[in-house]
This record gives sequence, structure tokens and C-alpha cells, in this order.
Amino acid sequence: MVKWIKVKNNTRIDINKIPIIEISDMRSEVKAFNLRPIGFFGKEWGFGCVRLFVILADDANADLYLSSSVFGNDVKSYESFTQEVPAFHIFEREFYEQFGIEPLHHPWLKPVRVNQDKYPFFEMEGEEVHQVAVGPIHAGVIEPGHFRFMCNGETVYHLEIMLGYQHRGVEDMMLKNPSNQLAESICGDSVIAYNTAYSQVMETLKAINISRKAQLIRKMALEMERIAVHIGDLGAISGDIAYLMGASVFGATRTLVINTTLEMCGSRLGRGFVTVGGVNYDPSEEVIDRAVETLNKVRTDVDRMVKTMLKNSTVMSRLEKTGTVSLEKAKDIGLVGMAARTCGVDLDSRFDFPDKWVEELGFTRKTMNLKGDVNARFKLRYKEIKESISMVKKILAKLKEYKNEPIIAEGVNNKLTPDSMVISIVEGWRGEVVHIAMTDLHGKMTRYKIKDPSFNNWYGLGLAVRNNGISDFPLCNKSFNLSYCGNDL
Amino acid sequence: MIMKLINLIILLFVPFLMMGLIKKTKSFWGGRKGPSIMQPWFDFVRLMKKDFVISNTTSAVFKITPVITFASVIFAGLFVPLASGSAIVNIPVGLIVFAYILGLGKFFALISAMDTGSSFEGMGASREACFTSIVEPAFFMVIGSIMALTGNCTFDSLGKILSSAGTYGILIIVFTALVLFIMLLTEGSRVPVDDPATHLELTMIHEVMILDNSGSDLALLTWANGIKMLLISSLIAYMVIPSNVSDFVGVLLYLGVIALLSVIIGTVESSMARIRMSHVFEFVFIMSSLALVVLSLVMARMFGG
Repeated sequence: MVKWIKVKNNTRIDINKIPIIEISDMRSEVKAFNLRPIGFFGKEWGFGCVRLFVILADDANADLYLSSSVFGNDVKSYESFTQEVPAFHIFEREFYEQFGIEPLHHPWLKPVRVNQDKYPFFEMEGEEVHQVAVGPIHAGVIEPGHFRFMCNGETVYHLEIMLGYQHRGVEDMMLKNPSNQLAESICGDSVIAYNTAYSQVMETLKAINISRKAQLIRKMALEMERIAVHIGDLGAISGDIAYLMGASVFGATRTLVINTTLEMCGSRLGRGFVTVGGVNYDPSEEVIDRAVETLNKVRTDVDRMVKTMLKNSTVMSRLEKTGTVSLEKAKDIGLVGMAARTCGVDLDSRFDFPDKWVEELGFTRKTMNLKGDVNARFKLRYKEIKESISMVKKILAKLKEYKNEPIIAEGVNNKLTPDSMVISIVEGWRGEVVHIAMTDLHGKMTRYKIKDPSFNNWYGLGLAVRNNGISDFPLCNKSFNLSYCGNDL
Repeated sequence: MIMKLINLIILLFVPFLMMGLIKKTKSFWGGRKGPSIMQPWFDFVRLMKKDFVISNTTSAVFKITPVITFASVIFAGLFVPLASGSAIVNIPVGLIVFAYILGLGKFFALISAMDTGSSFEGMGASREACFTSIVEPAFFMVIGSIMALTGNCTFDSLGKILSSAGTYGILIIVFTALVLFIMLLTEGSRVPVDDPATHLELTMIHEVMILDNSGSDLALLTWANGIKMLLISSLIAYMVIPSNVSDFVGVLLYLGVIALLSVIIGTVESSMARIRMSHVFEFVFIMSSLALVVLSLVMARMFGG
């Protein structure tokens, strides 16, 4: 009997071919597989039953393993996977919250997005331990999230993070009225990543092939987003350690990048750039030339500023050995994306699940030996900015070869292929953005699942600040720069 | 009489210019135009016009603290020699009164922060108290040494270092100025001790203690902080400006030194990151080491030969 099917990123999967196995079998299989989960979600399956889909990623071979299990309407619990594979902890909490099926012996089954006010926070006993509660409304103009610190003097013993204050029910909205506008509004700092993931899902479901030019433009836009946000984050890190010059220079440099995106598509954040069937804007040769020029300048400016900062001892003393996450812990809790790479876990879906361009344009994965501290997150951003700039330049040069290709597919049909599932993984600047869609036998979309990298990584921030000074928390937080709305959905 | 009037005006209004100049310097190094040098004054006027909100958990302590803090700074300021080396009120043992009156203001600032019951403000108060406990002994060691050297318990002794210690005096002045400069950064809550520009309540020291204050209360506290910076700067200015110049030149020199100090503070803030909180103590502790140097210099001069 087939227990798992092997599928690829961004291809149609026949729902009828997805195996259904016993939950206890699945639990032991998951443990034996030793792969990381990227999907663990339920769907109503008639008569009060719930079908649980589990997707594991085999990053080394660009494969995804998919299986499912059905809970009858009288089954309200199962033995939690988290005990065996800790990376499941957040997925099981989400599944419990959405379907009420309890993972037994889950180490800490707390809410993900709702009922925050009823939740009793973890407490430590002791005369000298004091609690500091921050948020959900913060002093800066940032998103809402509650942080509860257990401190002894200036040292943080434990940080508990409570999110969900921005829960908008995006997954349900996606079923009722799916659109590019909605997809790009889910997480405002990853507009291109979200919109690309959504568009890929829809294109696969509608069997649309997009032109090579459109593929290239999307890829370029994604890297532009990465450059802009990374530079902005370097500035924010400088600001948090009160290193004024860094904050000003990176702030100004970021503007150059987002203004280039503005020239290309009329929006600094890339809204409306990507659409189902291709892209909406075709950068002219003039715009491309200017973009290359700007990126060269950006490259020099960032280079100079980063080198100045790395030579400044006061800066280094703030960055080094602050907020460290060990490789072991990063693997255990299943960090993804940039945060994982800074700990030495080489996850990058651009290379793990490559498209044909990666080889054709000669993009290669370069790894860095990093220690998982704020310094690592600073340096990795610098490295990725440099790489992305060279990627964008290569793509822009390539674009000129496809001058006469259409940017948007003609005659797009609006009918979705019935009985299908699509998994679409896009490496946004923060990490993998996963969109999963399912249709029923009439071709109606019945489930839309979104996983932001922040969903995995928030717990990593909690671990990073342990045994650090509480005054270093904002710096650690900024170095991760996780999304609240991407987590809250 | 005219000089006292000028000094009173300086005491009250130069702090705004000083804060403005620091901001301007920081903007310059950041490659920006920055706000007008008068912006702190405009902010002050704006805050003065505003109503204030007082939390239900606070007691009378919280309400009277802004006034006490402000009054203590002004009161202490009356004894400090400002422009042209003349204090508004001359009293014996002015140095000691100065330090303790400022201490009174600090005490109320601390208990007012605790009074709000906020966990942030408690943290801020504990940090502030900790730094003060290092700053104060160092300040007294320096001042005590100089008083012993000149045999004079008023601020005049600061101006008599050169005449009573000769070439040693130059060294003593340099080290005393360094001690006072670190005190200025600490008490004025500047980088690298504190970050006056941050909005992150977990990393603040001074700002977090006044987090609950608003409107005219906040205006008074900001003003008081500016005056405190001016007073410490004035001590440095008094040491380095020669006393045998005319009043007019004296005022100009004084303003020049204050402006120079502001530019130095702004430059220091722009060129370095803020020190990690656990290392701030070490930085402030440099004061004590320097104070010991001053003490040994004075000893060498008095008993050495």
C-alpha cells in the first residue's frame, strides 16, 4: 500500500491519488522520514470528519512527500507528533485551533491566533523573577504582538510571544474572493513573494503557461524585494544600536531600490506587478539601463557602509554574541529561510526547488559559516544583497533577449481543474512562502492554506533572547524582522 | 547685576539651543538637513500648551515630581558659575549644595518612575539608580581633590586649579574635564550610555522614566534635563576659560565652549553605537578611574614636591 506520494513544487496533484493512512502510522512514518514539515493542515471531509494533510519537504532532492489521514466525527484527539519531531509544534497548535482535534501530550498547546486574552502565560516562580509585558500596542509604528518576559534583573530567562491580533481570516477570504490584490495584501513587506505564490497556484490550477519573459520579470521583482527589505533591515539594526550613520545611509539607499521598483511597475512595494498569467508591466530598455546604474550605486554604498560598520568596535560589540540560536536548536524547532541560514541550516527554496533559470543563468548557492547571532543575521543580509544585485543584473541583461515576447498569457480561462491540489513554494526575503490550494470535483476552490516563514520562526526569536539582556530584545527582534500579519493571516 | 541677568537668561534658554545644536550635528553626520536649531524650543512651547494625562495608579509623588525636578535643577543652577565665571548666587560650599540638590531631583525622578507601577519604568529607575551610584562618588572624588588643592569649597576652586597647581594643573584640568564629560553623557542620557532618539521602551533609561509624563509635565522634565546638561558643561567651561577677560569676551567664550561641547556630543553620538547595557557600567566606571588619577595628581602636587 502506498503511504506517501512524491510530488513536485508547483505541479497539479490529483486529490484522489493522495493516500489515506492511519494517524498512528503517519506518526511513526514522519519520525522515520526525518524530513521537515511544510504543511500540516486539516480540511472538512463531510459528515463531521476532518482530513489531515501532511506535506514533508525533502530539500536535498527537490521532492515533496504528501499523505493524509481522516479523523472520524467521534475522534477528537491523537498522539502529538511534536514529541517525536519538535518542528511540528506550531503546526499542531494551528490544527488544534482550526479543527478542535487535540494533539495529546503536546508540550505547550497554546493558541496561535485567537483567544489570546484567556491564555495563562507561562510563569516562573521565584522572589527575584519579575515579569515584563510589552504590547500588543508598541511605541513604534509597528504591528501588534504581545511579548511576555520572565526576567531576573536585566537578564531574560524566558520570552513568550503571543500573536494573532491581526487575524483577518485570510484563508477563508481566499476561498470566497481570490484575487491578486488580496494575495499581495496578506503581508505587506513580501508583496511579490505572496503574489507570485498565489499566481503560480492559480496558473497551475488553470493550466496556464506563462512566458519566459514573465518568469524572468517575476524573478527579478522578487530579488528587488529582497534587496530593498534587506537594506531596510540593515538600517533598522543600525538604528536600534543607535548607530546613526548606518540608519541614515541604509535608509537613503533603500529608497533608491524601491524607487527603481516604482519606475518599473508604479508601486514602490511592487503592488500590481505580478498577476495570474504573467506580469502587468514590462520594463522598457531605458528603465532597465537606469536600474542597472542605480543598482551599481546601491552596491557601492552598501559595501562602504557595511565595511565601516564592521570595523567599528562599538557596533561589533553590540552585534556579536547577541541573540544566538544554535544550529541544533534551529534544526529542532524547524527554522526556515534566512533565519535558518544564519544558524547554518542551508534552506533556500530558490536552490532547493530550482526552476530552469537557476541553471540557465548560472545562479549558485553560496554558503557562509555563521554563528546564529545578530552579527550573523547582519552579515547574511549583506551577502544576500550583493548576490541579489548580481542576480537582478543578470536577469535584466537576459530580459533584453526576449524583447518581443508577451508578458501576459492570452485567453486565460477562469475554470479551475477539479479534484486538484497545488503546492507552491516561493522564497521570499524572509524565507519560504508556501501556498496550497485544493479544488473539489466541480472545480471550486475548497481550501486555501498559507504558510509564512514567520510561522516557523517566531519561536526562534523566543529562544534567541534567552539569557540575553532585556535591553537587547529590540535588536534581536529587528534582526529577525518577522512578520506579524503573515503569521496572523 | 547685568551679568547676573544675562546668566539667568543663559540658564533658562541656552539649554534649548544646546539640544538643538546636538540634533543639528547629528543630522549633519547623518547626511541630513535636520530640524531647525530652535526645534527643541518649539517642541517645548507645543508641549506647554498641551493638557496632560495622569494614570490612575499614580499617587501625589508622580504629580509633584516634574516641578520638584525642575526646581532642583534651577536651584542648583543658581550656584554654578555660568558666563564670565559669575554665579547668580554666591554661597560657600556651593559645590556640595549643587551635587545634593541635583541628587534630590534625581531621587524624586526615581520614585516617580516607580510610582507609575509600570514594569518598564521600574527597570529604567533601577538602571538610572545604578549609574548614579557610580557617577556620584566619582564626582565627589574629583571635586574633593580640587577643593583640597585650592583650599576653597566654592566653585571658584575650579577656576583656581592652574594658579595653585602650576603645570600639574593642566593635567588635572584635562582629567577633570574628561570626568565631567562622561558625567555629562550619563546624566544627559546621551549615546553611548543611553539613546535619546529611541522609541524602544526596553532599552531606554531616562526616556522610560518619563514615559507616563505628558504635556507641560513632560516639557518641564525635558527642560530640566537640558539645564542639567548645561550646568555640567558650564563646569567644564569655567575650568578652561581664563578669568582675566572682560565680561563681553567671557560671555562669548562661554557660549563658544558650550557650542563646542554640543558639537562634540553630537559627533560622539554619530560615530559610535550605543554600548550594550551590561557594558555601560564599565563605561561609566571610567569616571572613577579618571577621578582616582585626579586624586593622585593632587596628592603628588600637595605632598610630593
